[in-house]
Amino acid sequence: MRKSFLALAAGLLLAGSIGAASAADKLKVGFIYLGPIGDLGWTYQHDLARQALVKELGDKIETTYLENVPEGPDAERSIEQLVRAGNKLIFTTSFGYMDPTLKVAKKYPNVHFEHATGYKRNPNMSTYSARWYQGRYIQGLIAAKMSKSGVLGYIGSFPIPEVVSGINATMLAAQTINPNIKVKIIWANTWFDPGKEADAAKALIDQGADVIMQHTDSPAAMQIASERGKLAFGQDSEMIKFGPKTQLTSILDTWGPYYIERVKAELAGTWKSEDSWGGLDSHMFAMAPYTNMPDEVKKMAEDAQAAITAGKLHPFKCPIVGQDGKPVECKGGDHLDDGQILGMNFYVKGIDDKLPGK
Amino acid sequence: MELVEAIILSVLAASTPLLIAATGELVTERSGVLNLGVEGMMIVGAACGFAGAWLTGSIFIGALFGIVAGTMMSLIFALMALGLAVNQVATGLALTILGVGLSGLIGAGFVGERITPAVHLFIPGLTDIPLVGRVLFGEDGFVYVSIALVLGVWWFLYRTRAGLILRACGDNHVSAHALGYPVLRIRTFAVMFGGACAGLAGAYLPLAYTPFFIPGMTAGRGWIALALVVFSSWRPGRLVVGAYLFGAVTILQLHAQGWGVGIPSQFMSALPYLATIIVLVLLSRARSGGSTAPAALGTVFVPDR
Repeated sequence: MRKSFLALAAGLLLAGSIGAASAADKLKVGFIYLGPIGDLGWTYQHDLARQALVKELGDKIETTYLENVPEGPDAERSIEQLVRAGNKLIFTTSFGYMDPTLKVAKKYPNVHFEHATGYKRNPNMSTYSARWYQGRYIQGLIAAKMSKSGVLGYIGSFPIPEVVSGINATMLAAQTINPNIKVKIIWANTWFDPGKEADAAKALIDQGADVIMQHTDSPAAMQIASERGKLAFGQDSEMIKFGPKTQLTSILDTWGPYYIERVKAELAGTWKSEDSWGGLDSHMFAMAPYTNMPDEVKKMAEDAQAAITAGKLHPFKCPIVGQDGKPVECKGGDHLDDGQILGMNFYVKGIDDKLPGK
Repeated sequence: MELVEAIILSVLAASTPLLIAATGELVTERSGVLNLGVEGMMIVGAACGFAGAWLTGSIFIGALFGIVAGTMMSLIFALMALGLAVNQVATGLALTILGVGLSGLIGAGFVGERITPAVHLFIPGLTDIPLVGRVLFGEDGFVYVSIALVLGVWWFLYRTRAGLILRACGDNHVSAHALGYPVLRIRTFAVMFGGACAGLAGAYLPLAYTPFFIPGMTAGRGWIALALVVFSSWRPGRLVVGAYLFGAVTILQLHAQGWGVGIPSQFMSALPYLATIIVLVLLSRARSGGSTAPAALGTVFVPDR
């Protein structure tokens, strides 16, 4: 028994090291993941993109990933581990890796870094993100049409600008349909904890919300909404399996084309530090099919999607009134500029809640 | 009133896995063994429990799979920490790391699958009683099992001779050994019981709480169970208080956010930990005072033969 266990342990260790073994000449591309690749949400979509990358350029590159890497200073070690293993292009796929990535980037100027959803750059560190608020705007329109109680439930992860801008975009859209629409916001203070996400969804439904939206990563909220006969939006990936009669649509992260483009640039020696912030027009994300809604609502959603893609409709079109009743300065002409959206730290009028930390 | 009932139901659901896992660990620690691998045993129990239920279509068999898986994991621990007298803290931590990896491997084929969650009890007439009906007579089987479990453990520890012997092993293994008790065998059983409970607690998550499996879905509940054992001063009664209090504050803070109580959500998220620690510390000060940890907890015992 003891022997076979040790053999098993040795076998596992060996298998682990083979995963990171190297082949000469191929470009090594590394990925740092926040959750497990099977989270069916955020990390899952990044890994799908990595797989697409391997499919496209597999003969020229070799990819390695580290999953379940906690955000914060601890991440530095993991990023450095990828550098030491010879990776020349490293994607760090969550906001909380921003400072660790920058620190490692400064230490290794010959390695290129791509940080998702952050705002700090370096000559060897790019950032990339998607304009999910565009998708949230479409969801807000649908939610207001579909809600009977006039109360939306929103599960947030952390009160960072990306999430706050999503809430605001949702409400600005919903208010165009129903000026009295209400939203209840619960912060889970985690990106991934299915049990807690389920509890938050239950609390929102128990308090009268009938359309659930989430900015956390597991399908738990969708599943609860389905169990209670309510409606919900998926997050990051297709979640209709967890709510065939529940999912209205879902914002799908489609990083594949971007990863392929950046790796091609690296292979060609034309990689430059850039800030990519793609919207519906750039295929950085997509909307899942509009389901479980009447045709007229579906048409409205599709029209809005087309208008946003064509640049005719901007979710943060001025005038925008803040929670304090004062109009928000309009730095982008007839809409808020990118800086204002990326740093959004206020709620728009009509949200009764208080933004944590304000 | 319906809201109150809904909140109580959510609290029970959130507390049950903590209570089951912590009850098992309490018995393990009372025998003098510190097994920090609860999180690892739980997550393997979750993966195997889901696999069992998915393959057979039976929640009961799924739960059995979870129990067996947790027990197998605990046997690895027993082999290392008791058989080979390896440091218990290191072994327990390694068990968690092993469990997280292993569960990903076992569960990989089941990610994205759904099952029908455990059915809730329904007794016509009783379950329909407003407010208390569903709380008392409308739970899933795990909730009743968890209460029976903690009652049984209390009875075993304080009302049976076997329980007394187990506690003796935890307080002074040399004396217990000198009296002729098989300390290591007793500890192995205690570790296995802890593993079985952790496995069942883990299985509760994909079988009743959120009926799908995702790697890492225990999300630290094993660690909370461990902390509950310490703060309850190794007493089953206080463990019940701690587990339900933790669950209650967790759910209430979510509701408070929904109501828009204007307290920063970061503080609210920390509240379950704060409240549980404060209440349990006050409780243990009010009663006996001082530490009631099993005296031989975490120490290696090699019988002189």
